[in-house]
Amino acid sequence: MKNIFLILFVFLSAICSAQIDSTLLKQTPTDTILSKGLNMDAVYNRPFLQVGKLPVSVGGYIEADYQFIGEDGINEGTFRIPRMTLFVASSIHRKIKFLSEIELEEGGKEIVIEFAAVDFNFHPMLNLRGGVVMSPIGAFNQNHDGPKWEFVDRPIAMTEMLPATWSNVGFGLYGKQFNKDWAYGYEVYLTNGFDDSIINNSENRTFLPASKSNAERFEESSNGEPLFTGKLAIRNSNIGEIGFSYMGGIYNTHEEDGIILDKKRRLDVIALDFNSTLPWTNTYIVGEWAWVSVDVPETFSQQFGDKQKGGFIDIVQPLKKGNILDFENAVLNLSCRLEYVDWNVGTFNETGGNISDDLWAITPSFSFRPTAQTVIRFNYRVMQQQDILGNPPAKIGGIQFGISSYF
Amino acid sequence: MIRVFFLIGILLLFSCEDLTPSAPEENELLDGPMEGLTDAENGLFLAGDIAFNDEVFSAGTGLGPLFVATSCGSCHAGDGKGHPFTTLTRFGQTIPNTAPDLSIGGPQLQNRAIPGFEPEIIPAGNPSMQLTPPAVTGLGLLAALTDAQILTNADPADLDGNGISGVPNYITPPSYFVPLPLHQPVAGQYIGRFGKKAAAIDLLQQTVNAYNQDMGVTSTFEPLDTSSGLTTDPEVSDQTINEVVFYLRTLKAPIQRNPDDAQIINGNTVFNSIECGLCHTPEWTTSTSDIAALSNRTFYPYTDLLLHDMGPDLDDGVTEGGAETFEWKTPALWGLGLSPDSQGGQFFLMHDGRARSIEEAILMHGGEAENSRNLYQQLADSDKQDLIKFLESL
Repeated sequence: MKNIFLILFVFLSAICSAQIDSTLLKQTPTDTILSKGLNMDAVYNRPFLQVGKLPVSVGGYIEADYQFIGEDGINEGTFRIPRMTLFVASSIHRKIKFLSEIELEEGGKEIVIEFAAVDFNFHPMLNLRGGVVMSPIGAFNQNHDGPKWEFVDRPIAMTEMLPATWSNVGFGLYGKQFNKDWAYGYEVYLTNGFDDSIINNSENRTFLPASKSNAERFEESSNGEPLFTGKLAIRNSNIGEIGFSYMGGIYNTHEEDGIILDKKRRLDVIALDFNSTLPWTNTYIVGEWAWVSVDVPETFSQQFGDKQKGGFIDIVQPLKKGNILDFENAVLNLSCRLEYVDWNVGTFNETGGNISDDLWAITPSFSFRPTAQTVIRFNYRVMQQQDILGNPPAKIGGIQFGISSYF
Repeated sequence: MIRVFFLIGILLLFSCEDLTPSAPEENELLDGPMEGLTDAENGLFLAGDIAFNDEVFSAGTGLGPLFVATSCGSCHAGDGKGHPFTTLTRFGQTIPNTAPDLSIGGPQLQNRAIPGFEPEIIPAGNPSMQLTPPAVTGLGLLAALTDAQILTNADPADLDGNGISGVPNYITPPSYFVPLPLHQPVAGQYIGRFGKKAAAIDLLQQTVNAYNQDMGVTSTFEPLDTSSGLTTDPEVSDQTINEVVFYLRTLKAPIQRNPDDAQIINGNTVFNSIECGLCHTPEWTTSTSDIAALSNRTFYPYTDLLLHDMGPDLDDGVTEGGAETFEWKTPALWGLGLSPDSQGGQFFLMHDGRARSIEEAILMHGGEAENSRNLYQQLADSDKQDLIKFLESL
């Protein structure tokens, strides 16, 4: 896989460098935050570089940061490159599109196909998508590009409770309808699903992202049962967008070679997402909340919760727009993220007391966008995390400085 | 604008440490290495710390199939006392100096199972005892005491007539046990010092049993799978076990808080005046150890490591080794005040967590401790408060 990727990368690099004449390079601009499209359009609402009249366009983004984080008096500073992502898109026909998103995480330690799908447009309300698709659970999973956010870290609830970025092989339909100020959209997919690792992992908690380490999910379902993901979204260009999504299916390997190993156990997730821009102050608000329900065997440990909940809200206030430091359309933002996750909602069988295993965080941010596609972020993160017993929380906090940009 | 960026830069460069959470006071924490370890010993301690607190077993890495907890840290959060969530249940031996009846299961109940397996159930009519996981700090100092030192407080026949016996629990060692000069065998048995009934002779035995009985993890020391009774390939390496044992040996002893407080000083006086110290022996000094930091150290665990008759209310009908069903090892009191920090903000005291406060625990003392309990009840309220404050300071 790495070799294929490298060949592709070198090939594309060669094309780009050969066509360095800027008149031949057409960048598809995008306003990454204040898009009028639906959240589901995020996968295509990215800046691409088109080479002349070739039907292929390329793009990507990179993130790099420095973190100085302390936990209960033990401090650690580190430079990171959490991810670099490459997009390749192609218009095969005016009604057939292909797009792929390949992510190199942590300097190439992991190479992941996050999206690689062909879309067939039969009607605005009827599009067929097949390939590696990003499940439309919540909003962040499909709209996770670093340059779109004012914060160095991704929302914890969406990445460590929900498994963003969660993608899998499958097919589905989507459609959208625009009517004056209103837009409506739907998405439904059937894909391969999760596996036993969500309650059989070294995180010591029910952990949906554990299934991401199963690379075989792109070749074979762990149990032969499809995972359903569906979303309905509605947007008013003057008010904002709200989305309801659901993801569910059997997660465990209940049968192998015709031999019953366990009963079928379900995983169900409901998510609510929204975004809006307050007209008076131009304050942008985006958030998401999700509830997870997992059928954990009663005889297994309560260490692995059967219910989880969590989410985040970002409040982004532009302070200054215009020419800043000779960047013509720059924006200076003051933001704050509030987030909460409870990985184990419930009470102990032994005492009736609350099971904790939860976390909250507040992250004020100061960000500078010299262009819509690039952001320099300075965050101060305050976080407290309790163990399952509810003992005094680990106090975590520190500064984060990072850049993220489409290219 | 440039000034804003300049200010951020200054913050980044010079103020990082001020922006991160401060460390708790050293005496508020149970974990951490004892003073005086060499750099190499610190490295070993760290390796053991990771294995003890960070390594979580899953079905794929050896958990179960029957188990109680998924990691060492699950039972000993922050190296402190455990919570009823991970209470251990033992059964099968009702008569001292007999082998547990393994035909009915046990000797420890594995009340949880990985998916597809059924957890163990105690056959009807068999008594059981529940054991709250103890704090694990300072154990290396207790392990470094000699049997001869422990025996100085033993008085099985109460020859001094003070109502306190003090019985060593002589244990038949497992095959892998290697006696040290500090051990003093009697008819091939050695004094147990760890566990609520003092059934483990040393920290290796305690650790190996915990992996095997608590987590269902086999090792070369205990290769039998608790579910099938068959041997399996080792699921934890000898190296990891040795690192965990080293970690337990070198965890620092709990540090008393506010020892100069007048109430606490008076509480200490009351503690001795009502004869708590006859069993909860305050002070010990180690002899020479292979770890220099453990050698010739004076420390204050408040235990004599001996068994005592605690009366019928604390008789669970089950035992280990030579202990009677009503006998319990004097638990160390150091770290007592920090118990809520590992028990979810609450107290779960006595061997099974039945006492929800220090006072409740005092009032549950019976048998040989009945006299001290009665003396406590006769104390003035201010002395009671001072005593409890003293105990909370430990």
